[in-house]
Amino acid sequence: MIALLMRDLRLAFRAGGGFGLGLAFFLIVTTLVPFSVGPQPALLSTIAAGVLWLGALLACLLSLDRLLALDYEDGTLDLLLTAPLPLEAAVSVKALAHWITTGLPLVLAAPVLGVLLNLPGAGYGWLVISLAIGTPALSVIGTFGAALTVGIKRGGLLLSLLVLPLYVPTLIFGAEAARRGAAGLDPATPLLMLAGITLATIALMPFASAAVLRMGLR
Amino acid sequence: MTLKASNLTLARGGVPVLTGLSFVLEPGAALILRGPNGAGKTTLLRTIAGLQPAVEGEISGVADQIAYAGHADGLKAMLTVRENLVFWAQVFGRHDITPALDAYALHPLADRLAGTLSAGQKRRLGLSRLLVTGCPIWVLDEPTVSLDTDAVAMFAAAVRAHLAQGGSALMATHIDLGLEADVIDITPYRAMTTLRVGASDEAFL
Repeated sequence: MIALLMRDLRLAFRAGGGFGLGLAFFLIVTTLVPFSVGPQPALLSTIAAGVLWLGALLACLLSLDRLLALDYEDGTLDLLLTAPLPLEAAVSVKALAHWITTGLPLVLAAPVLGVLLNLPGAGYGWLVISLAIGTPALSVIGTFGAALTVGIKRGGLLLSLLVLPLYVPTLIFGAEAARRGAAGLDPATPLLMLAGITLATIALMPFASAAVLRMGLR
Repeated sequence: MTLKASNLTLARGGVPVLTGLSFVLEPGAALILRGPNGAGKTTLLRTIAGLQPAVEGEISGVADQIAYAGHADGLKAMLTVRENLVFWAQVFGRHDITPALDAYALHPLADRLAGTLSAGQKRRLGLSRLLVTGCPIWVLDEPTVSLDTDAVAMFAAAVRAHLAQGGSALMATHIDLGLEADVIDITPYRAMTTLRVGASDEAFL
Protein backbone atom coordinates (compact mmCIF):
# COMPACT_ATOMS: atom_id res chain seq x y z
CA MET A 1 0.00 0.00 0.00
CA ILE A 2 2.83 2.37 0.85
CA ALA A 3 4.45 1.35 -2.43
CA LEU A 4 1.31 2.38 -4.32
CA LEU A 5 1.13 5.70 -2.47
CA MET A 6 4.79 6.48 -3.14
CA ARG A 7 4.40 5.53 -6.80
CA ASP A 8 1.36 7.76 -7.25
CA LEU A 9 3.08 10.69 -5.54
CA ARG A 10 6.24 10.18 -7.60
CA LEU A 11 4.22 10.06 -10.81
CA ALA A 12 2.34 13.22 -9.84
CA PHE A 13 5.55 15.17 -9.39
CA ARG A 14 7.20 13.93 -12.61
CA ALA A 15 6.65 15.59 -15.99
CA GLY A 16 3.06 15.32 -17.14
CA GLY A 17 1.92 14.17 -13.70
CA GLY A 18 -0.43 17.10 -13.28
CA PHE A 19 0.78 18.30 -9.91
CA GLY A 20 0.09 22.02 -9.63
CA LEU A 21 -2.62 22.05 -12.30
CA GLY A 22 -5.37 22.18 -9.69
CA LEU A 23 -3.47 24.78 -7.73
CA ALA A 24 -2.97 27.00 -10.79
CA PHE A 25 -6.65 26.63 -11.67
CA PHE A 26 -7.64 27.62 -8.12
CA LEU A 27 -5.39 30.68 -8.35
CA ILE A 28 -6.84 31.78 -11.67
CA VAL A 29 -10.49 31.24 -10.70
CA THR A 30 -10.14 33.21 -7.50
CA THR A 31 -8.31 36.07 -9.20
CA LEU A 32 -11.02 36.21 -11.88
CA VAL A 33 -13.77 36.75 -9.30
CA PRO A 34 -12.76 40.35 -8.38
CA PHE A 35 -12.68 41.17 -12.12
CA SER A 36 -16.18 39.84 -12.64
CA VAL A 37 -17.90 41.36 -9.58
CA GLY A 38 -16.03 44.65 -9.78
CA PRO A 39 -14.00 46.63 -7.22
CA GLN A 40 -16.34 46.32 -4.25
CA PRO A 41 -14.31 45.28 -1.19
CA ALA A 42 -17.41 44.96 1.01
CA LEU A 43 -19.15 42.58 -1.41
CA LEU A 44 -15.96 40.58 -1.99
CA SER A 45 -15.38 40.19 1.71
CA THR A 46 -18.93 38.81 2.09
CA ILE A 47 -18.60 36.23 -0.66
CA ALA A 48 -14.89 35.40 -0.18
CA ALA A 49 -15.39 32.22 1.87
CA GLY A 50 -17.93 30.79 -0.55
CA VAL A 51 -15.87 31.66 -3.62
CA LEU A 52 -12.75 30.07 -2.14
CA TRP A 53 -14.68 26.90 -1.33
CA LEU A 54 -16.19 26.73 -4.79
CA GLY A 55 -12.79 27.35 -6.38
CA ALA A 56 -11.20 24.61 -4.30
CA LEU A 57 -14.00 22.20 -5.22
CA LEU A 58 -13.65 22.86 -8.96
CA ALA A 59 -9.87 22.57 -8.74
CA CYS A 60 -10.28 19.19 -7.07
CA LEU A 61 -12.57 18.09 -9.88
CA LEU A 62 -10.02 19.01 -12.53
CA SER A 63 -7.55 16.22 -11.82
CA LEU A 64 -10.08 13.45 -11.13
CA ASP A 65 -10.28 12.09 -14.66
CA ARG A 66 -6.58 11.17 -14.53
CA LEU A 67 -6.96 9.38 -11.22
CA LEU A 68 -7.86 5.93 -12.58
CA ALA A 69 -8.04 6.47 -16.35
CA LEU A 70 -4.26 6.47 -16.81
CA ASP A 71 -3.89 3.25 -14.82
CA TYR A 72 -6.70 1.73 -16.86
CA GLU A 73 -5.12 2.62 -20.19
CA ASP A 74 -1.71 1.11 -19.46
CA GLY A 75 -3.14 -2.06 -17.90
CA THR A 76 -2.02 -1.30 -14.34
CA LEU A 77 -5.57 -1.60 -13.00
CA ASP A 78 -5.96 -5.15 -14.36
CA LEU A 79 -2.69 -6.13 -12.73
CA LEU A 80 -3.59 -4.44 -9.43
CA LEU A 81 -6.87 -6.34 -9.44
CA THR A 82 -5.00 -9.64 -9.70
CA ALA A 83 -2.46 -8.60 -7.05
CA PRO A 84 -2.89 -9.66 -3.39
CA LEU A 85 -3.63 -6.03 -2.43
CA PRO A 86 -7.37 -5.60 -1.66
CA LEU A 87 -8.93 -3.30 -4.24
CA GLU A 88 -10.67 -1.33 -1.48
CA ALA A 89 -7.25 -0.51 -0.04
CA ALA A 90 -5.86 0.35 -3.46
CA VAL A 91 -8.64 2.87 -4.22
CA SER A 92 -8.30 4.37 -0.72
CA VAL A 93 -4.59 4.83 -1.26
CA LYS A 94 -5.22 6.41 -4.67
CA ALA A 95 -7.73 8.81 -3.07
CA LEU A 96 -5.15 9.67 -0.41
CA ALA A 97 -2.52 10.32 -3.09
CA HIS A 98 -5.02 12.54 -4.91
CA TRP A 99 -5.69 14.50 -1.72
CA ILE A 100 -1.98 14.96 -1.00
CA THR A 101 -1.26 16.22 -4.51
CA THR A 102 -4.45 18.26 -5.00
CA GLY A 103 -6.39 18.88 -1.78
CA LEU A 104 -3.49 19.64 0.55
CA PRO A 105 -1.90 22.32 -1.71
CA LEU A 106 -5.35 23.96 -2.01
CA VAL A 107 -5.72 24.05 1.77
CA LEU A 108 -2.30 25.67 2.09
CA ALA A 109 -2.86 28.15 -0.75
CA ALA A 110 -6.37 29.23 0.34
CA PRO A 111 -5.27 31.83 2.96
CA VAL A 112 -3.00 33.52 0.42
CA LEU A 113 -5.86 33.78 -2.04
CA GLY A 114 -8.13 34.94 0.79
CA VAL A 115 -6.11 38.17 0.80
CA LEU A 116 -7.02 38.75 -2.85
CA LEU A 117 -10.72 38.43 -1.97
CA ASN A 118 -10.54 40.63 1.11
CA LEU A 119 -11.49 37.80 3.46
CA PRO A 120 -12.09 39.20 7.00
CA GLY A 121 -9.21 38.53 9.41
CA ALA A 122 -11.22 36.18 11.65
CA GLY A 123 -11.99 33.89 8.71
CA TYR A 124 -8.50 32.67 7.76
CA GLY A 125 -8.17 30.04 10.46
CA TRP A 126 -11.68 28.66 9.93
CA LEU A 127 -11.25 28.65 6.15
CA VAL A 128 -8.13 26.50 6.44
CA ILE A 129 -9.74 24.22 9.02
CA SER A 130 -12.93 23.76 7.00
CA LEU A 131 -10.95 23.02 3.81
CA ALA A 132 -8.65 20.63 5.65
CA ILE A 133 -11.66 18.73 6.98
CA GLY A 134 -13.71 18.89 3.78
CA THR A 135 -11.27 18.26 0.92
CA PRO A 136 -10.56 14.59 1.83
CA ALA A 137 -14.26 13.92 1.17
CA LEU A 138 -13.88 15.56 -2.27
CA SER A 139 -11.01 13.19 -3.14
CA VAL A 140 -12.80 10.09 -1.87
CA ILE A 141 -16.10 10.89 -3.63
CA GLY A 142 -14.12 11.83 -6.73
CA THR A 143 -12.39 8.44 -6.70
CA PHE A 144 -15.83 6.82 -6.74
CA GLY A 145 -16.76 8.93 -9.77
CA ALA A 146 -13.50 8.03 -11.48
CA ALA A 147 -14.16 4.33 -10.80
CA LEU A 148 -17.65 4.64 -12.29
CA THR A 149 -16.39 6.19 -15.51
CA VAL A 150 -13.25 4.09 -15.92
CA GLY A 151 -13.02 2.60 -19.39
CA ILE A 152 -15.32 5.17 -20.94
CA LYS A 153 -13.60 7.16 -23.64
CA ARG A 154 -13.56 10.87 -22.84
CA GLY A 155 -15.38 10.20 -19.59
CA GLY A 156 -14.14 13.44 -18.01
CA LEU A 157 -17.32 15.43 -18.59
CA LEU A 158 -19.55 12.56 -17.48
CA LEU A 159 -17.37 12.24 -14.40
CA SER A 160 -17.93 15.92 -13.55
CA LEU A 161 -21.69 15.58 -14.01
CA LEU A 162 -21.78 12.51 -11.75
CA VAL A 163 -19.53 13.87 -9.05
CA LEU A 164 -20.69 17.49 -8.71
CA PRO A 165 -24.11 16.65 -7.18
CA LEU A 166 -22.35 14.38 -4.70
CA TYR A 167 -20.15 17.31 -3.68
CA VAL A 168 -23.17 19.44 -2.66
CA PRO A 169 -23.33 18.49 1.06
CA THR A 170 -19.59 19.01 1.50
CA LEU A 171 -19.82 22.38 -0.22
CA ILE A 172 -22.82 23.53 1.83
CA PHE A 173 -21.33 22.72 5.22
CA GLY A 174 -17.75 23.63 4.29
CA ALA A 175 -18.64 27.03 2.90
CA GLU A 176 -21.06 27.64 5.76
CA ALA A 177 -18.35 26.88 8.33
CA ALA A 178 -15.91 29.23 6.59
CA ARG A 179 -18.59 31.94 6.22
CA ARG A 180 -19.61 31.78 9.88
CA GLY A 181 -15.95 31.87 10.87
CA ALA A 182 -15.37 34.95 8.73
CA ALA A 183 -18.49 36.66 10.14
CA GLY A 184 -17.31 36.03 13.70
CA LEU A 185 -20.06 33.49 14.45
CA ASP A 186 -19.60 30.04 15.96
CA PRO A 187 -18.77 27.58 13.13
CA ALA A 188 -18.84 24.44 15.30
CA THR A 189 -22.10 22.94 13.98
CA PRO A 190 -21.32 23.06 10.23
CA LEU A 191 -17.75 21.93 10.97
CA LEU A 192 -19.01 18.88 12.84
CA MET A 193 -21.45 18.08 10.02
CA LEU A 194 -18.58 18.46 7.54
CA ALA A 195 -16.36 16.17 9.60
CA GLY A 196 -19.20 13.65 9.76
CA ILE A 197 -19.63 13.68 5.97
CA THR A 198 -15.88 13.28 5.45
CA LEU A 199 -15.59 10.37 7.88
CA ALA A 200 -18.64 8.63 6.44
CA THR A 201 -17.35 8.93 2.88
CA ILE A 202 -13.88 7.71 3.88
CA ALA A 203 -15.47 4.72 5.60
CA LEU A 204 -18.00 3.74 2.93
CA MET A 205 -16.90 5.08 -0.46
CA PRO A 206 -13.87 2.78 -0.97
CA PHE A 207 -16.21 -0.25 -0.94
CA ALA A 208 -18.46 1.37 -3.54
CA SER A 209 -15.47 2.41 -5.64
CA ALA A 210 -13.94 -1.07 -5.55
CA ALA A 211 -17.28 -2.69 -6.43
CA VAL A 212 -17.93 -0.50 -9.47
CA LEU A 213 -14.30 -0.84 -10.54
CA ARG A 214 -14.57 -4.64 -10.51
CA MET A 215 -17.66 -4.38 -12.67
CA GLY A 216 -16.11 -1.82 -14.98
CA LEU A 217 -13.05 -3.96 -15.65
CA ARG A 218 -14.94 -7.10 -16.64
CA MET B 1 -1.02 -25.56 -6.23
CA THR B 2 -3.11 -27.36 -8.82
CA LEU B 3 -5.34 -25.18 -10.93
CA LYS B 4 -8.59 -26.91 -11.82
CA ALA B 5 -11.20 -25.56 -14.17
CA SER B 6 -14.30 -27.62 -14.77
CA ASN B 7 -17.11 -27.22 -17.24
CA LEU B 8 -16.55 -23.51 -17.81
CA THR B 9 -18.94 -21.35 -19.77
CA LEU B 10 -17.55 -17.90 -20.44
CA ALA B 11 -19.14 -14.80 -21.89
CA ARG B 12 -17.78 -11.59 -23.30
CA GLY B 13 -20.08 -8.59 -23.47
CA GLY B 14 -23.12 -10.77 -22.72
CA VAL B 15 -22.36 -13.17 -25.60
CA PRO B 16 -21.12 -16.63 -24.62
CA VAL B 17 -17.84 -17.49 -26.33
CA LEU B 18 -16.79 -20.77 -24.74
CA THR B 19 -18.75 -23.59 -23.18
CA GLY B 20 -18.01 -26.96 -21.54
CA LEU B 21 -14.28 -26.33 -21.18
CA SER B 22 -12.39 -28.26 -18.47
CA PHE B 23 -8.69 -28.62 -17.77
CA VAL B 24 -6.22 -29.25 -14.95
CA LEU B 25 -2.87 -27.51 -14.57
CA GLU B 26 -0.47 -29.34 -12.25
CA PRO B 27 2.55 -27.72 -10.59
CA GLY B 28 5.55 -27.89 -12.91
CA ALA B 29 3.41 -28.11 -16.03
CA ALA B 30 2.67 -25.66 -18.80
CA LEU B 31 -0.51 -25.46 -20.82
CA ILE B 32 -0.71 -23.65 -24.14
CA LEU B 33 -4.01 -22.38 -25.53
CA ARG B 34 -4.52 -22.36 -29.26
CA GLY B 35 -7.43 -21.10 -31.27
CA PRO B 36 -8.26 -18.55 -33.96
CA ASN B 37 -8.78 -14.85 -33.20
CA GLY B 38 -11.97 -14.31 -31.28
CA ALA B 39 -12.11 -17.90 -30.04
CA GLY B 40 -12.07 -16.73 -26.41
CA LYS B 41 -8.45 -17.18 -25.35
CA THR B 42 -8.22 -13.77 -23.70
CA THR B 43 -11.65 -14.20 -22.08
CA LEU B 44 -10.54 -17.55 -20.63
CA LEU B 45 -7.28 -16.11 -19.30
CA ARG B 46 -9.02 -13.06 -17.79
CA THR B 47 -11.54 -15.36 -16.11
CA ILE B 48 -8.80 -17.58 -14.68
CA ALA B 49 -7.00 -14.46 -13.44
CA GLY B 50 -10.19 -13.41 -11.63
CA LEU B 51 -10.89 -10.28 -13.68
CA GLN B 52 -14.32 -11.50 -14.70
CA PRO B 53 -16.65 -14.19 -13.38
CA ALA B 54 -17.44 -17.40 -15.24
CA VAL B 55 -21.07 -17.78 -16.33
CA GLU B 56 -21.00 -21.43 -15.28
CA GLY B 57 -18.42 -23.84 -13.95
CA GLU B 58 -15.83 -23.91 -11.21
CA ILE B 59 -12.27 -22.67 -10.98
CA SER B 60 -10.24 -23.78 -7.96
CA GLY B 61 -6.71 -23.30 -6.68
CA VAL B 62 -6.27 -19.73 -7.89
CA ALA B 63 -6.64 -17.55 -4.76
CA ASP B 64 -3.67 -15.15 -4.64
CA GLN B 65 -1.61 -17.63 -6.67
CA ILE B 66 -1.76 -15.92 -10.04
CA ALA B 67 0.53 -13.52 -11.82
CA TYR B 68 -1.34 -12.24 -14.87
CA ALA B 69 0.23 -10.60 -17.91
CA GLY B 70 -2.22 -9.33 -20.48
CA HIS B 71 -1.90 -7.33 -23.69
CA ALA B 72 -0.90 -4.22 -21.74
CA ASP B 73 2.25 -4.29 -19.65
CA GLY B 74 1.09 -2.01 -16.83
CA LEU B 75 4.21 0.13 -17.03
CA LYS B 76 4.45 3.77 -16.08
CA ALA B 77 6.24 5.77 -18.77
CA MET B 78 7.58 8.32 -16.31
CA LEU B 79 9.13 5.78 -13.93
CA THR B 80 12.46 4.09 -14.60
CA VAL B 81 12.71 0.36 -15.33
CA ARG B 82 13.97 -0.22 -11.80
CA GLU B 83 11.19 1.86 -10.19
CA ASN B 84 8.53 -0.01 -12.16
CA LEU B 85 9.88 -3.38 -11.03
CA VAL B 86 10.42 -2.33 -7.43
CA PHE B 87 6.83 -1.10 -7.29
CA TRP B 88 5.40 -4.43 -8.45
CA ALA B 89 7.76 -6.35 -6.17
CA GLN B 90 6.50 -4.33 -3.19
CA VAL B 91 2.86 -4.83 -4.17
CA PHE B 92 3.51 -8.56 -3.96
CA GLY B 93 5.43 -8.16 -0.70
CA ARG B 94 8.91 -8.76 -2.12
CA HIS B 95 12.05 -6.72 -2.57
CA ASP B 96 14.70 -8.39 -4.71
CA ILE B 97 14.43 -7.44 -8.38
CA THR B 98 17.93 -8.55 -9.45
CA PRO B 99 16.85 -12.01 -10.73
CA ALA B 100 14.19 -10.34 -12.88
CA LEU B 101 16.73 -7.88 -14.34
CA ASP B 102 19.12 -10.78 -14.96
CA ALA B 103 16.59 -13.00 -16.70
CA TYR B 104 15.66 -10.44 -19.33
CA ALA B 105 19.05 -8.65 -19.60
CA LEU B 106 17.57 -5.41 -18.30
CA HIS B 107 20.59 -4.22 -16.29
CA PRO B 108 21.79 -1.78 -18.99
CA LEU B 109 18.29 -0.29 -19.13
CA ALA B 110 17.61 -0.21 -15.39
CA ASP B 111 17.81 3.56 -15.01
CA ARG B 112 16.06 4.50 -18.25
CA LEU B 113 12.50 5.81 -18.15
CA ALA B 114 10.13 3.06 -19.25
CA GLY B 115 8.52 5.48 -21.71
CA THR B 116 11.76 5.69 -23.70
CA LEU B 117 12.06 1.92 -24.25
CA SER B 118 11.25 0.20 -27.53
CA ALA B 119 8.18 -2.01 -27.79
CA GLY B 120 10.22 -5.19 -27.36
CA GLN B 121 12.11 -3.78 -24.39
CA LYS B 122 8.83 -2.76 -22.75
CA ARG B 123 7.56 -6.28 -23.28
CA ARG B 124 10.69 -7.70 -21.66
CA LEU B 125 10.12 -5.41 -18.69
CA GLY B 126 6.46 -6.45 -18.56
CA LEU B 127 7.46 -10.14 -18.53
CA SER B 128 10.19 -9.60 -15.94
CA ARG B 129 7.41 -8.36 -13.64
CA LEU B 130 6.23 -11.98 -13.40
CA LEU B 131 9.51 -12.93 -11.74
CA VAL B 132 9.17 -10.34 -8.96
CA THR B 133 5.65 -11.44 -8.05
CA GLY B 134 6.71 -14.82 -6.70
CA CYS B 135 3.33 -16.26 -7.72
CA PRO B 136 3.32 -19.96 -8.69
CA ILE B 137 0.79 -19.75 -11.53
CA TRP B 138 1.58 -17.56 -14.53
CA VAL B 139 -1.34 -16.63 -16.76
CA LEU B 140 0.03 -15.11 -19.95
CA ASP B 141 -1.81 -13.62 -22.90
CA GLU B 142 0.31 -13.54 -26.07
CA PRO B 143 3.54 -13.04 -24.09
CA THR B 144 5.86 -13.04 -27.10
CA VAL B 145 4.27 -10.14 -29.01
CA SER B 146 6.97 -7.72 -30.28
CA LEU B 147 9.84 -9.82 -28.88
CA ASP B 148 12.85 -10.64 -31.09
CA THR B 149 14.30 -14.18 -31.23
CA ASP B 150 16.82 -13.53 -28.43
CA ALA B 151 14.09 -12.18 -26.16
CA VAL B 152 11.83 -15.13 -26.98
CA ALA B 153 14.68 -17.40 -25.90
CA MET B 154 15.01 -15.42 -22.64
CA PHE B 155 11.29 -15.82 -22.10
CA ALA B 156 11.40 -19.57 -22.80
CA ALA B 157 14.31 -19.92 -20.36
CA ALA B 158 12.41 -17.96 -17.70
CA VAL B 159 9.33 -20.16 -18.14
CA ARG B 160 11.47 -23.32 -18.00
CA ALA B 161 13.15 -22.14 -14.77
CA HIS B 162 9.74 -21.27 -13.33
CA LEU B 163 8.38 -24.74 -14.15
CA ALA B 164 11.51 -26.40 -12.71
CA GLN B 165 10.79 -24.63 -9.40
CA GLY B 166 7.32 -26.16 -9.27
CA GLY B 167 5.49 -23.26 -10.83
CA SER B 168 3.02 -23.61 -13.65
CA ALA B 169 2.07 -21.53 -16.67
CA LEU B 170 -1.09 -21.13 -18.71
CA MET B 171 -0.51 -19.15 -21.88
CA ALA B 172 -2.04 -18.23 -25.18
CA THR B 173 0.67 -18.18 -27.81
CA HIS B 174 1.22 -19.24 -31.40
CA ILE B 175 4.99 -19.43 -31.19
CA ASP B 176 6.75 -22.73 -30.51
CA LEU B 177 8.78 -22.05 -27.37
CA GLY B 178 10.38 -25.50 -27.28
CA LEU B 179 8.66 -26.24 -23.97
CA GLU B 180 7.32 -29.58 -22.79
CA ALA B 181 3.78 -28.32 -22.74
CA ASP B 182 0.28 -29.64 -23.28
CA VAL B 183 -1.71 -27.84 -25.92
CA ILE B 184 -5.45 -27.23 -25.77
CA ASP B 185 -7.20 -26.15 -28.92
CA ILE B 186 -10.26 -24.28 -27.67
CA THR B 187 -12.00 -24.17 -31.05
CA PRO B 188 -14.29 -27.19 -30.29
CA TYR B 189 -15.56 -25.46 -27.14
CA ARG B 190 -16.84 -22.40 -28.96
CA ALA B 191 -20.34 -21.50 -27.86
CA MET B 192 -23.26 -20.89 -30.16
CA THR B 193 -23.20 -17.13 -30.56
CA THR B 194 -26.97 -16.94 -30.86
CA LEU B 195 -27.33 -17.70 -27.15
CA ARG B 196 -27.48 -14.71 -24.88
CA VAL B 197 -26.45 -14.87 -21.26
CA GLY B 198 -28.05 -12.38 -18.90
CA ALA B 199 -28.59 -8.78 -19.78
CA SER B 200 -25.93 -6.71 -21.43
CA ASP B 201 -25.53 -2.99 -21.02
CA GLU B 202 -23.19 -2.75 -23.99
CA ALA B 203 -25.66 -0.56 -25.87
CA PHE B 204 -25.21 2.17 -23.28
CA LEU B 205 -21.43 2.16 -23.24
